[in-house]
Amino acid sequence: MYDAIIIGAGVVGCSVAAYLSRYEMNLAVLERENDVAMGSTRANSAIVHAGYDPLPGTLMAKYNVRGSMLYPQLCKKLSVPYQQIGSLVLAFSPQEDQVVRDLYDRGVKNGVPGLQILTKEQALAKEPNLSEQITSALYAPTGAIVSPWEFAIAMAENANQNGTAFFFDHPVTGIEKIEGGYRITAGGDTFESRIVINAAGTHADQVNDMVAPHTFSILPNKGQYYVLDKNQSDVVHSVIFQCPSKVGKGVLVSPTVHGNLIVGPDAVDVASPDDCSTDREGLQFVVNQAMRSTSKFQLREAIRNFAGVRAHSDQDDFIIGPVEGFPGFFNLAGIKSPGLTSAPAIGEDMIRILKENGFSFSPKDQVVETRDVVVFHNLDHQQRAEMVKKNPLYGRVICRCETITEGEIVDALHRPLPPHTIDGIKRRCGCGLGRCQGGFCGPRVQEIIARELGIPYMAVEKDKTGSYIILAETKQGGVK
Amino acid sequence: MELTQICDLAVIGGGPAGMAAALEAYQSGVEKIVIIERDKELGGILNQCIHNGFGLHYFKEELTGPEYAQRFSDQIPGTTIQAMTDTMVLDISPDKTIHLVNTKNGYQQLKAKAIVLAMGCRERTRGAIGIPGERPSGVFTAGTAQRYLNMEGYLVGKRAVILGSGDIGLIMARRLSLEGAKVLACVELMPYSNGLNRNVVQCLNDFEIPLYLSHTITRITGTPRVESVTISKVDEKRNPIPGTEITFQCDTVLLSVGLIPENELSKTAGIALDPRTRGPVVFENMETSVEGIFACGNTVHVHDLVDFVTAESQRAGRYTAAYIQGQSPSPNAFLPVTAGSMVNYTVPQKIHLPASAPVEIFFRVAMPMKDKKIVVTASGTGEKLMEFKRLHLAPGEMEHITIPTSALEKVPDGIEIAIV
Amino acid sequence: MKELICIVCPRGCHLSVDDTAPEITVTGNACPRGAAYGKKEVTAPARVVTSTVRISGAAHRRLPVKTRGEIPKGMMAEAVKLLDEVTVEAPVKVGDVILPNILGTGIDFVASRTMDKT
Repeated sequence: MYDAIIIGAGVVGCSVAAYLSRYEMNLAVLERENDVAMGSTRANSAIVHAGYDPLPGTLMAKYNVRGSMLYPQLCKKLSVPYQQIGSLVLAFSPQEDQVVRDLYDRGVKNGVPGLQILTKEQALAKEPNLSEQITSALYAPTGAIVSPWEFAIAMAENANQNGTAFFFDHPVTGIEKIEGGYRITAGGDTFESRIVINAAGTHADQVNDMVAPHTFSILPNKGQYYVLDKNQSDVVHSVIFQCPSKVGKGVLVSPTVHGNLIVGPDAVDVASPDDCSTDREGLQFVVNQAMRSTSKFQLREAIRNFAGVRAHSDQDDFIIGPVEGFPGFFNLAGIKSPGLTSAPAIGEDMIRILKENGFSFSPKDQVVETRDVVVFHNLDHQQRAEMVKKNPLYGRVICRCETITEGEIVDALHRPLPPHTIDGIKRRCGCGLGRCQGGFCGPRVQEIIARELGIPYMAVEKDKTGSYIILAETKQGGVK
Repeated sequence: MELTQICDLAVIGGGPAGMAAALEAYQSGVEKIVIIERDKELGGILNQCIHNGFGLHYFKEELTGPEYAQRFSDQIPGTTIQAMTDTMVLDISPDKTIHLVNTKNGYQQLKAKAIVLAMGCRERTRGAIGIPGERPSGVFTAGTAQRYLNMEGYLVGKRAVILGSGDIGLIMARRLSLEGAKVLACVELMPYSNGLNRNVVQCLNDFEIPLYLSHTITRITGTPRVESVTISKVDEKRNPIPGTEITFQCDTVLLSVGLIPENELSKTAGIALDPRTRGPVVFENMETSVEGIFACGNTVHVHDLVDFVTAESQRAGRYTAAYIQGQSPSPNAFLPVTAGSMVNYTVPQKIHLPASAPVEIFFRVAMPMKDKKIVVTASGTGEKLMEFKRLHLAPGEMEHITIPTSALEKVPDGIEIAIV
Repeated sequence: MKELICIVCPRGCHLSVDDTAPEITVTGNACPRGAAYGKKEVTAPARVVTSTVRISGAAHRRLPVKTRGEIPKGMMAEAVKLLDEVTVEAPVKVGDVILPNILGTGIDFVASRTMDKT
């Protein structure tokens, strides 16, 4: 029997696993997809919010501010791209000037450091490409950008190195209360655990309802984005928000840690928690809204559009804690924005929540706390020369858009929780993120995956299970 | 370890452009020439273009892509040209130091007296044109599918819809059909095909593949693999018309929606780019805005025939040799060439003065036209200098005219090329 | 009456070819080459066919091949199918015959490039 099973390998599940794996616990993570970070974690704005949005006293406020403080250290220790570039919330009218003042007050109450209200002139001095129509702005120096999937992967790898087992392609289909815990059916296997932590994201209500009474519903809400090429990344130098409304934080324009510009999202309720399709109207809306903040980006430099689903729920706050009448069953649900920011703080707090509910564990004597990743294009000339001398595979560039070498891809394939898909490599190394979107490097990455993992070339998938790239081999007539 | 090597000429890219430029520079007396190629062999994209139709102009016979490439690569062993394959250039500094890396020699710097940029072009992707829908596997650029099929021996799908009627898309329609896949439709946004007529006939009509003009893909559906695509008719502004949707059950979408000159390295060297061609601004001798750095082939502007790439690259090779030998025109006296009515761009964009030889100008027109004139006028005064009759003009077919030195002597403000 | 697009030059004339009478007539052509194309296309259309074959011992898995000359258009699919049974051994030189006398046409499939032994 496991001490705890976490359902869902998104950023929340992985963060919880990373923190709990520092204690003497027998831990497992069950994930329905074939990799870490396959849901909302890989399709969002990639922002570490400063923490002025949530109402004081909410769980969202508490975890947001704490999460924002945890990120810099965690990312440094785990080699995750993170840049504290600050954020601006723009006002365009006297009413919105008031919203900016309200956000400032809220932020101060929430304990957000360094907030400042800027005049139009101050804001334009900071970001000259902003619209002349702005009237004021809230500046938050601790606003930051991060690679959300790399953060989740790093937390998962860390959890795995500290003893957490991961089961991919294991969608949970049943949970049963048994003596001293729960029995979970997933992917044809059965697991037993004293504690179950539901971090199933947009599917969290379904998982809850498998064992406990229905107390909340996930109301999936979709947001669409554009990603623009690197030559657009200096249109703005900080995260540019508009004033939040009921449906979300509005359309933002921001540099990304990979050197691109991200524009989005809209916010539309959708029927399916898995609806990641984009549509013409949504993308057009995003562009029109973003143009209010700055008209200086070039849409013809778009390299990708995508959509992500937020795990909105019918509750106003995050749903975090034990389920009444089901000792040992915990929900971490409705983790909408600022969920990415909050994830490490929720993970950190989990041991306390368990203890308050009668589950105490002692810390391990020794744990892995760091992760080293070679990023060839971040090295200087001398370091590059030395790296290639050590391992010649760092001398073969596979992804020309992002300058990713074969050495880095091979590294990723031999880290804890190795990926086996093209997109799995993309999330870990960055190849295929660029302007050619993997057209050039795709077949080469496929070859390296097949070689390193000893699987047939044709069996390599692009993304989710079953997403085959090749459907047949030619000239098979003479072959048995 | 000695990081820095020295050469006379570094050619970046070992495709048809790079090979022709290097060979021509060698013929013109340059000795220490290095071709840097990221693939494991020379030939570039021609190695995967196994169809025929190459070489009619240059060799006066129809060759396949690999044969055309080999006619050039076979000449290299008899020269002092060094081909550095499996090697990637990371950046170029304006002082003509090239940073490169490979598995054999590691990280190196190469200092050159002159550089020829011949990096070719890349394909526009789904992301660049923003096709809505789900994100399954089975969506490929035509060139990627071509590489899988012709070099690796794999079929990317069994039932395909092709978006874009550019030549690569048309060629792939035929290749997929011949290898046993079913191509359900070729869908073109414009009211005319962007490919050569012969390709529409031999690649679509021969295989009874319908061509939907003025249509586009409005949704891709399927998870985890493509299950269907929906196409819609578009109006004059190229917006989809509701109610005109047709859905095809298929497992594959190929995109042949345009090529973009590859110039990330040019940017590292601070070379001025033309927003219309998306390649370097060049003089008639194919020199870029950075002295001693020349460019040719698809890295300058996308060609439709490799024969013209060869001719342009040989010109670049000759002029690069002249530069290395100290016979180069001053960059300060020049005539600008501008694109007038119905002309999308011109190459070259600048002509050195005094003009020492007749200047060939290449350009593309904005739409298909019949029975028109190409008119060359003096910028500023609008005085007509020359005109050329054309029975047929199309954006898919690069045009060119030759302007004699005499016409260039009397136009101080430059010339404009227009269609009337 | 058959409607064709002439592929002799980029102009792309729309040809109407009347093959009902003993003497075939072509209209819509701007030049005599178009008439010749129209006649051939309705009587004996032929194409050069390109494909690949398996190769062993080379750096690549497939060798590109072409028909040295045109074969009847109707034979294209069958001709390519023949290649299914062929595996060649590196080294191969450009122009080497890979499959002789395709379907009795007298035309060979030949290698489109040289591939060395690795």
